[in-house]
Amino acid sequence: MTLIVLSYWDIAFAAVLLIVNGILSFFLQLGVHRQLLVSAIRMVIQLTLIGYVLLILFSLVSPLWTGLTALIMVGFAGYEIMSRLERRFHGVWAYGLGTGAMLFAATLVTVLALTTQVQPDPWYHPRYALPMFGMILGNTMTGISLGLNTLISNTVRERGSIEGQIALGRTRSEAFKPVVRQAMRSGFIPILNAMSASGVVSLPGMMTGQILAGADPTLAVQYQILIMFLIGGATGIGVIIAVLVGAYRLTDDRHRLRIDRLTEA
Amino acid sequence: MLKVISLKVFSLVLQDFELPAGQAVAVTGASGAGKSLVLRAVADLIPNDGEITLFGEARETMSGPDWRRLVTYVSATPGWWGVRVKDHFLDLKEAQKLALALLLPEDIFSAPVAQLSTGEQQRLALIRALVQSPKVLLLDEPTSGLDAEATKQVEKCLLRFLHDGGSLLFVTHDIAQANRLAKRSLHILGNQIEEKQL
Repeated sequence: MTLIVLSYWDIAFAAVLLIVNGILSFFLQLGVHRQLLVSAIRMVIQLTLIGYVLLILFSLVSPLWTGLTALIMVGFAGYEIMSRLERRFHGVWAYGLGTGAMLFAATLVTVLALTTQVQPDPWYHPRYALPMFGMILGNTMTGISLGLNTLISNTVRERGSIEGQIALGRTRSEAFKPVVRQAMRSGFIPILNAMSASGVVSLPGMMTGQILAGADPTLAVQYQILIMFLIGGATGIGVIIAVLVGAYRLTDDRHRLRIDRLTEA
Repeated sequence: MLKVISLKVFSLVLQDFELPAGQAVAVTGASGAGKSLVLRAVADLIPNDGEITLFGEARETMSGPDWRRLVTYVSATPGWWGVRVKDHFLDLKEAQKLALALLLPEDIFSAPVAQLSTGEQQRLALIRALVQSPKVLLLDEPTSGLDAEATKQVEKCLLRFLHDGGSLLFVTHDIAQANRLAKRSLHILGNQIEEKQL
């Protein structure tokens, strides 16, 4: 079976659905029609561009250009994490914390998978490296931004009880234990949901894509399971690092609570 | 035994002062003058500059938690982390004795924190600090939520703490209370803090 080629008219026809939504938004005064238009156009441009970028990268098979593309992806994802936070850390930490944790976790897990399990030739072949890195990165990003957001907003909310403990001579790790635990748990929720719902409620995107492209469904399932494990691993590593370093940053070596290291809401 | 030398917290500059064992000093000044900041700086809860020693030992020689076990701050609006009152005490026996003296109901330790009144919270927070036997207590308006009778009992309890060799630095708006407990006060005016005889 070969891939059924879509004509531009097929795509344009699907876009009609979005236009209907826009018209509805306009008449129901939902106020999203402008955003709808902008993000739809953005999506089309971004995807078209990445299509050509991947085409070039696949013909080059260069570790340098592949790595550079991955770094740019991390850059955007880091910005996304930062902009989702209600309150941020001051200075380089605002961007660096989430981005650093994500870069480390996603790179570690992707390289591990490429060199030991998938083993394309060469191992950094962009056809495998970039889509896998992208999927792992996207999920790690969601986990980290949830984890950090929970950490920061709960610390601000619970500052009285945290400082009450610190004032009595408890250490920062004792005082932060409930908040840290809660933050880590919330970072894990998306991957837990994804794993328990997949196959029953949803058919994961990658698997669906492979099936549409003509792959044997059982092979597609194997890939999906592998990816889920990789995502789970990377999310866990990323969330734990981000939340622990974040909690560390919300306190200092005198075990004081340092809400002042956050920007105002 | 507590010595505070050139303490600076935000824009406040403190005159050097000493707090000998068994003595109390009141911190006075208008609302928003920074009275709580002074207590919180002495407890090393917020960034501050200056030298503070306890029995001649600089606070930098010990960890923050160790320092705060000896020099304990009690907020005017204390924080609670457990569900019930008893979750906040390791040794209930000692706490129950103090609770009785401070006119708290006997069964208060099994009550949920959410049901406590402001006055009950203040007294329980004081007990929570006292049972750890600190050397210096830093109390932020310890009786602001209390009636006359409970206030009297809290003061009695604080006088006993002083008698046993503790020292006390406390914020109050009540000049009469300052006079009952302390002979000196630190008065905050603008960015300066000066010592006064009461």
